[in-house]
Amino acid sequence: MIPLDYYLILSALLFTFGVIGVVIRRNVIIVFMSIELMLNSVNLTLVGYSAYLGDPTGQMLVFFVIAVAAAEAAVGLGIVIALFRLRRTVNVDEINILKW
Amino acid sequence: MVLLDYVPIFIMVSLAGIFGLVLSKASEIFGPKKPNPEKLSTYESGMQPIRTARERFSVKFYLVAMLFILFDVEIVFLYPWAAVVRELRLFGFIEMLIFVAVLLVGYVYILKKGALRWD
Amino acid sequence: MDFVDIIFVVFALIVVVSAFIVVFSRSIIRSAFSLLFTFFGVAGLYVLLNADFLAVTQVLIYVGGILILILFGVMLTTNVVSVEIKTGTLQTVPAAVIVAVLSGTIAGIFWFTEWHTAPAREGPTTKALGTLFMTDYLLPFEIASILLLVALIGAAMIARHERGTEGGR
Repeated sequence: MIPLDYYLILSALLFTFGVIGVVIRRNVIIVFMSIELMLNSVNLTLVGYSAYLGDPTGQMLVFFVIAVAAAEAAVGLGIVIALFRLRRTVNVDEINILKW
Repeated sequence: MVLLDYVPIFIMVSLAGIFGLVLSKASEIFGPKKPNPEKLSTYESGMQPIRTARERFSVKFYLVAMLFILFDVEIVFLYPWAAVVRELRLFGFIEMLIFVAVLLVGYVYILKKGALRWD
Repeated sequence: MDFVDIIFVVFALIVVVSAFIVVFSRSIIRSAFSLLFTFFGVAGLYVLLNADFLAVTQVLIYVGGILILILFGVMLTTNVVSVEIKTGTLQTVPAAVIVAVLSGTIAGIFWFTEWHTAPAREGPTTKALGTLFMTDYLLPFEIASILLLVALIGAAMIARHERGTEGGR
């Protein structure tokens, strides 16, 4: 049996990649994908604990995360598309209409 | 060993991958290649394409994909319920009815709003 | 090395390498397709963790749904011919600092904590999940349907193409 630590460190790595993506990339859609990476890493942690504690609650929480991720994907990409139609850009640095 | 249950899935996935790879490569390697300008046009003995096909495509496709994913989540929630519905009897049935009814409201709304009309 | 260990290493490598490509690739299409392998790798790890139904869900929703949606987002926002499909990166130094601190903290906590573990359960999980949904977590379950309803209406309103506006057809 693989130690739980391995799964946790793998998900820490995945989460870190997601953070890097959000910080350094300028394309909204890549930022979006990085957020999905982070959500996946959290899911992996939850499932890991669920398996090693013998409790299915963790897996059930993942379902809610997935439901939220689906809603987020639908609305978030809808916003991106609406923004693109309005401003002709997907660069987060150029989307600064709220800045003063 | 419970992992052995996944061997058929593994075999199927690898077979599917190999099949796709072999077919696409085989036609590339064994197919006769005698190109001439007429053959290389987009529609041989057809119309000349007016402009490139690689355009940004319509947002309608996105709408359909979005509706699909939200109802996909609903279906996934239905499965664990279906596994235990016999034990839960009427209570579980009513709970799922509420769940589906809430989503049905959204479906009727977008239907009335015309989001599913294609043109 | 056990057979299961090898499977774990393979899936872990798939996840890490493809996640790396997602973040650092210059081409957005390549990022999107690399995300496919990340999702598949995570699904494989779910299988190793005895979460069979969740692995299927992962493939069904993430690969079959969210990824398609992301690809549509890519195709709707980049004109594949004229607009350049590459995207830039910047703020590398602050990013490196943040990432080093963050990953160090998370990995350190994970590594140095003694986790209490119980013997793993085997076999199908669908039934246990259904019982949990219908008993202890009934309210979140119903609220999830309301969340989906709100997302449905909201996204349809945002993305819907109003007649007469410019762009698309």
